[in-house]
Amino acid sequence: MADTNDKRVDQPTGTEFVGHEWDGIEELNTPLPRWWLWTFYATVIWGVVYVVLYPAWPLIEKGTEGVLGWSSRGELAEEMALADLARQSVYEQIAATDIEKLPASPELMQQAIAGGSAAFKVNCVQCHGAAAAGFEEYGYPNLNDDDWIWGGTLSDIEYTLVHGIRWEGSNQTRVNYMPAFEGILSDQELDSVVDHVLSLSGNGQSSAAGAELYTNNCSSCHQPAGEGSQLMGSPALNDAIWLYGDDRALIRQQILNPKHGVMPGWGERLDPVTIKMLAAYVHSRGGGEAPAETAPEEDNPESIATMADASDAPAVEGDDQP
Amino acid sequence: MTNPEPPPPPDPGRDWEGALTAEKSKSVSVSRRSGSDRARSASGGPPPTELYAKQKTVHNQRIDGPFRRFKWFVMVVTLAIYYITPWIRWDRGPFAPDQAVLVDLANRRFYMFNIEIWPHEFYFVAGLLIMAGIGLFLVTSAVGRAWCGYACPQTVWTDLFQHVDRLFDGDRNARIRLDKAPWGPSKVARRASKWTVYLLISFVTGGAWILYFADAPTLFVDFFTGEAAVVAYATVAILTFTTFWLGGFMREQVCVYMCPWPRIQTAMLDEKSLIVTYKDWRGEQRGSLKKAKKNPDVYGDCIDCLQCVAVCPTGIDIREGTQIGCITCALCIDACDRVMEDIDRPRGLIDYATLEGCEKEAAGEAPMPILKQLLRPRTVIYSLVWGGIGLAMLFALGTRTHTDLTVSPDRSPPFMLMKDGSVRNAFTLRLRNMESRPREMEIAVLGLPGAQMWTDRIGRDAAAPTQVVTVPADETRTVRAYVTVPSGTNGREFQFQLTSLDEQREQDAETITFTAPGDER
Repeated sequence: MADTNDKRVDQPTGTEFVGHEWDGIEELNTPLPRWWLWTFYATVIWGVVYVVLYPAWPLIEKGTEGVLGWSSRGELAEEMALADLARQSVYEQIAATDIEKLPASPELMQQAIAGGSAAFKVNCVQCHGAAAAGFEEYGYPNLNDDDWIWGGTLSDIEYTLVHGIRWEGSNQTRVNYMPAFEGILSDQELDSVVDHVLSLSGNGQSSAAGAELYTNNCSSCHQPAGEGSQLMGSPALNDAIWLYGDDRALIRQQILNPKHGVMPGWGERLDPVTIKMLAAYVHSRGGGEAPAETAPEEDNPESIATMADASDAPAVEGDDQP
Repeated sequence: MTNPEPPPPPDPGRDWEGALTAEKSKSVSVSRRSGSDRARSASGGPPPTELYAKQKTVHNQRIDGPFRRFKWFVMVVTLAIYYITPWIRWDRGPFAPDQAVLVDLANRRFYMFNIEIWPHEFYFVAGLLIMAGIGLFLVTSAVGRAWCGYACPQTVWTDLFQHVDRLFDGDRNARIRLDKAPWGPSKVARRASKWTVYLLISFVTGGAWILYFADAPTLFVDFFTGEAAVVAYATVAILTFTTFWLGGFMREQVCVYMCPWPRIQTAMLDEKSLIVTYKDWRGEQRGSLKKAKKNPDVYGDCIDCLQCVAVCPTGIDIREGTQIGCITCALCIDACDRVMEDIDRPRGLIDYATLEGCEKEAAGEAPMPILKQLLRPRTVIYSLVWGGIGLAMLFALGTRTHTDLTVSPDRSPPFMLMKDGSVRNAFTLRLRNMESRPREMEIAVLGLPGAQMWTDRIGRDAAAPTQVVTVPADETRTVRAYVTVPSGTNGREFQFQLTSLDEQREQDAETITFTAPGDER
């Protein structure tokens, strides 16, 4: 710092030197404009007002809340409420539209798919995966393909969503059980059935014994050519898609001691509009089926219920048999 | 209290920086000191330490002359551009706004006459900003702070407000008197009416700004019926306040203390840039007309009439040399020329000149023609760069297509096996239509034998190697496309090709990989 007695003055400007010098360039003690000082005071006042009005000081339990009571969480809640309000009309339109009629209004369908995509990320990805591709290892079905165990029309998917599969919480749930063949079929018989099942999709050779065993034990549900039945929920065996895997050992395991996947019904947990949107999303993943033109829609759930009741019986039998 | 010492003869060998310093110190040493300076020199001690400087109100005197008229002209043109532009209509058809210049933030579009810019083309705006920057360099290196003096909004609005001052309070002397007068009914009335006009101008200024961001006639009506958005009112309020405060009260303080541009220009000016300067070798020794007549050998052309100081909108004395407060508006040239005419001396004692030209002139050489001084490598290079960027942007603007396709494949799952063994890949296509009319566009899959494609808007039943999608006017449509190939096809690269089904037949294509089972193993 400069000597305080150093009062040298820059001749051209008449301003005092501060005393700092770099390579012959000296700093002048030019006075700050007074309004600049006022600006500084204004910022101080602004700061005081802000501290009074808004959350500011962190204390031990929580911070000061401010006179206005503003909080970022409160603002978020307000914005969410506004967003909900903005979506209200779309929700109402979806609620008023029959699900099979949704594709007829493409804009509404797109809105439903977008909403379903969001709901899927919250409720469904835990089992079906982020891209709805399922997990073969655990038997969570892939929802992107065109293979549907219980039906792939919009109303089929909606029904599955509402009531679930083998779900205790709903008496209208989709239920079937495949009997366990452990102890019923010999090792050799089992091999020939596996051969026949594989041959249904064009893999390997079947034998007369295998075909006969299949016809007697499997075809009532899986159908003679292995085409399965969506009414009974029996998977097709003649296509390229396998719920639990296409490996011989896995097929054998499934015949001996079948796995039965469970999906919760969402009817009581999600509102009908969200379920409709989820159905639209799942349907849009690339494998959705168009409704059968002659299918009487009202009969559909009934017949499924009937089939579910009917399929309960063999399941009980299956349990009794071993 | 003038210094009787005659000015030292200019040294022809000195460099221009030295010239500037010498000129400055010399001018100050001979100029009339203000009251406090006089007291200071009288006491002989150092000046009293002032921590803060009070703003001195500038009461600039009315002046007429070529530069003042040019300033009027620039003011009228710039204000007209600012206030009228949002009201110009431009027909773009039924699917786009009909406002000639519109910054549509909500829809992220920028319209300027027949140019429409999307956010992804922001490089055009960046290019314009670069051109504006280099343009300022060019202007500064050639004609000094011409931007500050004539076209800067701060200058234009300050000028406007100073005319309002003159209208209500009279010219310089009347205003100084009024400033000193005690507050009374007349002063209160004058101040109130003047500030009301300030506020009106400020409100119109802030109001015009928001019209660039929405349909002007609609927003105008909405604004006064209380229907406009909160942000519109807030913007007008803030801009009204800043215009009122910066134009009405801060004025030259903005140029001297707040604005970075004068500081940058200080570094950009060189000995060949035009500045407004006082030709001290001609003016000094300054003295009143009476003294000069008695002693013509000692005294120069400057009769110390202080007209140059009186007309200055920033309140400086140009005879002290180039300084941060000088915005080179050249009103002092008008004032001095008029005085020189009155006393029958040649004009140009204060004039536009370059430091180099000044040196030559002071050394007795003929003044250099201005145009010759302007043409030099620096200005030529700036012009070339400026023009080059402009041409490149025009070229880019002329050759851009209004159709674009981007493809992103589904990565999870990368492929999907279908019941019949065929393999499906899913892609998200973004079809961009930059025309302001809906267009049909054809998407085709090329280089993938047996490929079938369908979109999320039609079922698999309608699968085909090509699909037609209608893209709404001025929009990007996102389409989910499913492509299947027969069982046994290997993964490979293929192309999506987009063709607009109109007379332009604009095309865009993207190459992408089809993934099949076994590819990822």
